[in-house]
Amino acid sequence: MAEKVDVIGEINKYDFRVDERYVFKAQKGLNRDIVAEISAMKNEPQWMRDFRLKALEIFESKPMPTWGGNIDIDFQDIYYYIKPTERPGHSWEELPEEIKKTFDRLGIPEAEKRFLAGVKAQYESEVVYGSLREDLAKRGVIFVDMDTAVREYPDLVRQYFSTVIPPTDNKFAALNSAVWSGGSFIYVPPGVNVEFPLQAYFRINAAQMGQFERTLIIVDEGASCHYVEGCTAPMYSSESLHAAVVEVIAKRGARVRYTTIQNWANNIYNLVTKRAVAYADALVEWVDGNLGSRLTMKYPAVYMLEPGARAEILSVAFASRGQHQDAGAKVIHAAPHTSSRIVSKSISKSGGRSSYRGLVKIERGAKKSKSNVVCDALILDPQSRSDTYPYIELEEQDVMIGHEASVSKIGEEQLFYLCSRGLTEAEASTMIVAGFIEPLVKELPMEYAVEMNRLIALQMEGSVG
Amino acid sequence: MSPETLSVIDLHVSVEGKPILKGVNLTIRRGEIHALMGPNGSGKTTLGLAIMGHPRYEITRGRIELDGEDITQLEPHERARRGLFMAFQRPVAIPGVRLADFLRHAVSNVRNPARKEGEELIPMREFRKELKEKMDLLRMDAEFARRYVNDGFSGGEMKRAEILQMAMLRPKFAILDETDSGLDVDAVRLASQSIAEIGGRQMGLLIITHHERLLEHNPPDVTHVLLGGRIVETGGPELAERLHREGYDQLRQKYPEAAAEEAALAGQGKQ
Ligand SMILES: Nc1ncnc2c1ncn2[C@@H]1O[C@H](COP(=O)(O)OP(=O)(O)OP(=O)(O)O)[C@@H](O)[C@H]1O
Ligand SMILES: [Mg+2]
Repeated sequence: MAEKVDVIGEINKYDFRVDERYVFKAQKGLNRDIVAEISAMKNEPQWMRDFRLKALEIFESKPMPTWGGNIDIDFQDIYYYIKPTERPGHSWEELPEEIKKTFDRLGIPEAEKRFLAGVKAQYESEVVYGSLREDLAKRGVIFVDMDTAVREYPDLVRQYFSTVIPPTDNKFAALNSAVWSGGSFIYVPPGVNVEFPLQAYFRINAAQMGQFERTLIIVDEGASCHYVEGCTAPMYSSESLHAAVVEVIAKRGARVRYTTIQNWANNIYNLVTKRAVAYADALVEWVDGNLGSRLTMKYPAVYMLEPGARAEILSVAFASRGQHQDAGAKVIHAAPHTSSRIVSKSISKSGGRSSYRGLVKIERGAKKSKSNVVCDALILDPQSRSDTYPYIELEEQDVMIGHEASVSKIGEEQLFYLCSRGLTEAEASTMIVAGFIEPLVKELPMEYAVEMNRLIALQMEGSVG
Repeated sequence: MSPETLSVIDLHVSVEGKPILKGVNLTIRRGEIHALMGPNGSGKTTLGLAIMGHPRYEITRGRIELDGEDITQLEPHERARRGLFMAFQRPVAIPGVRLADFLRHAVSNVRNPARKEGEELIPMREFRKELKEKMDLLRMDAEFARRYVNDGFSGGEMKRAEILQMAMLRPKFAILDETDSGLDVDAVRLASQSIAEIGGRQMGLLIITHHERLLEHNPPDVTHVLLGGRIVETGGPELAERLHREGYDQLRQKYPEAAAEEAALAGQGKQ
């Protein structure tokens, strides 16, 4: 059985054959020239070019983080920019059978499959979703890729870009600031409610976001939106580093939900900085599902800057063989009457390791603030591991803080109960695991929820007996 | 053995190395109702769980036969797919798993015993329709099926959900382990009537109970009394009535050996 354990894990070992004609002959490595070239190629204004070069200096001066997981990256052995249109392509027929099967079993529609597999460099999303964009545009909503935003909305971008996560924040944020490419830019004007999840319709772009995407979302006063990124299909990349930066600004009374489901190939370091600022009575929700990757370090954060701001962070991590998920959350209560809730669920299997790392900080003066943290870990076999690192910093006494943590195995009684109704042990385990992450799944848009459940079933395959 | 029977033959069962059942014999024909009585801790639940194949209940001797075939080595899911069912005394909660989803999987498996994981489930429409019918019968709110299996159910809701599962799975043989306990007066009546209607004479029923009401609606053809890990007496409905009236002390006097076993086991339990 052991050999069957990871359909996805096994697939990830395949190397794609690359058609030489389309390869962009960029230089490997990182230096001022390369950064300047990226900026030039994108036709960027001077301020962005300067920003990148400054960020490079910061990156070079910062040490690697000494906590989290083991990071073993040769920064000079990476391509930092490949033009999307010049991405290596390959034909559907060339894809390993296993990958095609995985797509089938996840129920990904035909057209998307080809795109996600890297067969098609561009998807006709403009044609299909053009009218949707028009409708948004009429209401003043801006939804474009970040490169376009820098060109077409320079004032807005310049006003907010990197105000939430400066390059000095951490080494990987600095790296992203120097070489970023792609990602989304969203601006929702005051009082506008975008009722459908953005990107759920455009999710096809997810696979093209590349290694260093940069996303900036500004939701103005009383406005709301739900942004969804990623998809459950395994994401392949010839490069082993994914370092994204996501900045969210929720103004007074705004509501923002940011949903991510990512399933990285096994060779990837997924080091993402995600942070939101929430002003008075604003609500920011991070829904974050992490599967795959060699190491993921990701701690979505919310800074509650004004009274009544709220944060909800829901994170689920699934670590299988050779994978380490170091995920969690950060909430900073910087004003009175702010409240936060963190729910973290992790599953470790086949020797995988998952850690919850979280910070709850209540700053002086943030009276009557409330925070509640629940982290549950499910360990499927004795080889697997789960750790919890909760940090709490209190500068104020008049607050309410709750923290609960549990580690469990799949219960024998639960298995027996389900099996006594005709489910095989494997089916029963999958059902219990799916139940365990239900709090996340029920927050997902329908099509993601369906895929997520299929993905869990796939991950669970052969794990029993 | 004729077809359509469930037999337990010289069954010895240990839990954690501790012998609980010491040679139980029992045969139920489809369409019959058997009552299984006995004082607390006499091994009634143990017998039921052993018949269903619970991994912690080790069969050290004897066997279980379904329609003349030895099923002692079968996995619980295989037994279920062959038509065995047990309504549990203490059903376990499965957080995050909706009753309807779980039941749809269960029904798909039991009605199509060759089904493998990931294969087609019973069509949603058909399933919903049937589920609604059965829930109406049990006066359960349709919303209830959206709740997580036994998670935060009241005692009565839990028992009703067990009956619902039996109704949907339509087993050949069902063991009802104190399905009447924890229910209010009206609920006991409703449960008893629905069991009669669902189980009636289509199934073979093994009813474990400490009360009379369930048996009034489902009069037993045979009554067994378990004491100290053995069936010490088997009779008709009058035996159940007598026990309800008199309790178990007379039986203990009549079967001093079994009573001694019972005392020994209880003593062990206290250690
Ligand atoms: N899982 C278990 N672990 C340890 N002991 C057990 C277990 N199951 C049963 N026993 C012991 O086996 C004996 C019989 O228990 P069982 O639950 O079968 O009794 P019962 O007849 O169903 O009692 P009641 O009428 O109280 O439900 C008791 O001494 C009990 O403590
Ligand atoms: Mg019992």
